Amino acid sequence: MDTTAAPNHPPEPLSDELVAYTLTINGTKHTVDAGWQGESLLYVLRERLGLPAAKNACEQGECGSCSVLVDGQLVCSCLVLAATAEGQHILTVEGLPVDESGLTDVQAAFLKAGAVQCGFCTPGLIMAAHDLLEHNPSPTDLEMREAISGNLCRCTGYGRIFEAINIAATMRSNS
Amino acid sequence: MSSASTIVNKQPRIGESALRPDGIPKVTGSFEFSSDLHAESMLWAHILRSPHASARITSIDLSAAWKIVGVHSIVTQDDVPGAKTYGLEHQDQPVFAHDVVRFYGEPIAAIAADHPETARRAAAAIVVNYELLEPLIDAEAAITAPAIHPEGNIFRHLVIRHGDQTVQGDVVVEGTYEVGMQDQAFLGPESGLAIPVDGGDGVDLHVSTQWLHSDLWQLAPCLGLPEENVRIHLAGVGGAFGAREDVSMHVHLCMLALKTGRPVKIVYSRLESFLGHVHRHPARMWYRHHANADGILQRVECRLVFDGGAYMSSSRAVIANAACFSTGPYKVPSATVDGWAVRTNNPSCGAMRGFGAVQTCYGHESQMDKLAAACGLDPVEVRRRNLIHTGDTCITGQVLDGTAPTDQLLEWLNNHPMPPDTRGTDEMMARPGGAGRTADAHHIKRGVGISIGWKNLAFSEGFDDYSTASCTIGGGQVSIKSACAEVGQGFVTIALQIARTVLGVDDVVMEPADTLIGSAGSTSASRQTWMSGGAVMAACEAVRAQIISIAAERWEVAQGAVEISEGRVTTLNGDHNESFAEFVGNDVVHQVVEYRHRPTFSLDENGQGNAHVSWAFSAHRAVVDVDVDLGLVRVVEMAITQDTGTILNYQHVVGQIEGGTAQGVGLAVMEEIVLDRGRVRNPSFTDYLIPTALDMPHVRIAGLYDQPETGAPFGAKGVGEPPTISSTPAVAAAIRAATGLALPRVPIRPQDIALP
Repeated sequence: MDTTAAPNHPPEPLSDELVAYTLTINGTKHTVDAGWQGESLLYVLRERLGLPAAKNACEQGECGSCSVLVDGQLVCSCLVLAATAEGQHILTVEGLPVDESGLTDVQAAFLKAGAVQCGFCTPGLIMAAHDLLEHNPSPTDLEMREAISGNLCRCTGYGRIFEAINIAATMRSNS
Repeated sequence: MSSASTIVNKQPRIGESALRPDGIPKVTGSFEFSSDLHAESMLWAHILRSPHASARITSIDLSAAWKIVGVHSIVTQDDVPGAKTYGLEHQDQPVFAHDVVRFYGEPIAAIAADHPETARRAAAAIVVNYELLEPLIDAEAAITAPAIHPEGNIFRHLVIRHGDQTVQGDVVVEGTYEVGMQDQAFLGPESGLAIPVDGGDGVDLHVSTQWLHSDLWQLAPCLGLPEENVRIHLAGVGGAFGAREDVSMHVHLCMLALKTGRPVKIVYSRLESFLGHVHRHPARMWYRHHANADGILQRVECRLVFDGGAYMSSSRAVIANAACFSTGPYKVPSATVDGWAVRTNNPSCGAMRGFGAVQTCYGHESQMDKLAAACGLDPVEVRRRNLIHTGDTCITGQVLDGTAPTDQLLEWLNNHPMPPDTRGTDEMMARPGGAGRTADAHHIKRGVGISIGWKNLAFSEGFDDYSTASCTIGGGQVSIKSACAEVGQGFVTIALQIARTVLGVDDVVMEPADTLIGSAGSTSASRQTWMSGGAVMAACEAVRAQIISIAAERWEVAQGAVEISEGRVTTLNGDHNESFAEFVGNDVVHQVVEYRHRPTFSLDENGQGNAHVSWAFSAHRAVVDVDVDLGLVRVVEMAITQDTGTILNYQHVVGQIEGGTAQGVGLAVMEEIVLDRGRVRNPSFTDYLIPTALDMPHVRIAGLYDQPETGAPFGAKGVGEPPTISSTPAVAAAIRAATGLALPRVPIRPQDIALP
């Protein structure tokens, strides 16, 4: 990194042209009428569209708190320019298919295992855990660790989160 | 009517692993964190920060910033309406730097604009001229260097002189140890929303914090407003670990809201978060241990120099903790301790989980391993010979009168089975360096290390430590109110468990935490289960007593004939049997209680005094694999034993133990704020590394000592900090065992191992 940089980086010159576009989020079309084109998908979800579940912990793709699925790919929404996601299917925690309890199996497992403390990393981890179990229904310990290693948690030390994913995996294999 | 014993509680009481009441909104994403707040017509704030650690400000030109369309207000120190300084324990920090800058990232100005990007651009358009000064960056030098602040460079020099000061041991081991600057690195950035009210005569601040009232006591004077016109509401907190005990942008945000007459929101970027809160004190610690040939300690000398950075924060209390616990949980008949906390132009340091005891645990445990080697003893054995027990005297002259199961903790740890040796496995992810596929299995060394640590619970040295809570029955509902900051630790769970237990009811709700009730003190020092839990218990007991008193009068029976059970008020003879709702009717039963722990006292000029309330202990055993060629470490397993007192919620205790251990592992092998002439070089999660799911080993609980602590509500000790204290030295000892290196500094970096 540049060790001489001031802590207030001057913004890059960007066009201030306001753009209009439509995003498909959790199966619903949302129109952004006049957004600054430098806005990330995370910002637009949270500040323009009233979908605050994706969280803003680092905004440089290191912590996974803003994880969403874009056309089935797990991505950090802070690294996606919102206007470029037009025409893609965006899935956030708010749009996960829930059962009659109002929760997904992973969400229920997180509660049962005590995997939630402050909860700031939780929505991103829920997305990562769903993505893992979709692709690998019975992950080994190391596979589980690798799958969520892009999601930082500062409260739990991950122990209860592993427990939660194991609970969810077991429930799926039994059903 | 059923008897109480046949009723199955629907909602968990004390001792059960109750689930979090905020759990469902947190997993569904609907929980409102401070960064999620929104108000109609709100503006966005941004803070301009100093790019220098030490400089004189010769001019600040706001004119270009004001010309940017969308900028609504810009404030500097000239605009502060009231007190010009604030601070947690002492008000030595200006709201904005104005004449001089004392640390990298110190606020200069704050802007409110219609879009966060507009505010950032306005900040970049402000022209500040600086005359650069030589930064004071060496804590040792600061003791005698010219003052960089009108109040001098020494926050505190604490002296402990205990026992015979002339004792020399047959065996003497000496060492100097260093601890780098650790960051709390909570995930939820500093953020809040200030809403002006009463035509500008007051403000509502919604903010993530650890201590609402401390914020209020600092904020209201700076705003020049009476405290009752400033209301602070706890917004959802994304972790804390000490970093939110100090005021951050509270004053700036409220000034902008009052200036513009509009709600103003701020969310720090991660970079600003690293610059905008206090850190764990870097420490340099010299130790000399004297023992007899059997390894029995005769005397410990130490000199602790803690770098407090630019402003005081809680440095005075941190160095007191460091000094009081500097010799570890051992019987030390003679101690000579000099603790210094000093001011430099490095980032300010203050509270972080473990609060001074983390640094010294690394020091005293490193020394105990040296002593073991010098005496030809096993590391467990040398500790066993010296452990402190209930009834022994601490180096402060205070008799340790709480539980101190030190023997038991070490024994459980020693008996815990070792993890399997996986060094030969083909699984690359299980090797040091992981998927980099760099480690040759034949060059991986395994090491084992142990440590034991201790710390005080709650506030010490005569501080009037109290917590306020209310219990209300009215409108068919039982509710609890406390200003205790829920930061993730689970107080909201415990408070409800306590209320259900005392009142025998299932349905209890927590009212929002704000400054409309008295202070609960800080969510720090492992104190809230004890203090605010105690306040909730006392408030519920007061309500219970009031109901019994009213019932006795109303029904003309003796108070002893009235029973409260399962949410019903009854008489023993069965004549009366009413639910709380029926009994209270349209009235309200309401009690507010202040709870205090037993008094503590200040330390005298020799550092002697009954300064502490209670002590908590934990011990760790670390197993590591080290790639000695590349200096890469994989922590294989952390085993822990801990003195918890009565366990009120086992699952929450485990969560604290695993999370606390992770922060100690991080300090041991990866976490450090790297400074270059006072400038932070790694203020991002790209460059400041915290343990990921691949870095963090399994934490195995080898034993929890759950005997009740006398004087603690329900006998429960705080459990949050000890796991962070004893984990770091255990990992360091394990790496030493694997490599044979001295490793006198944490975090231990690859170059410390591969290029010693």
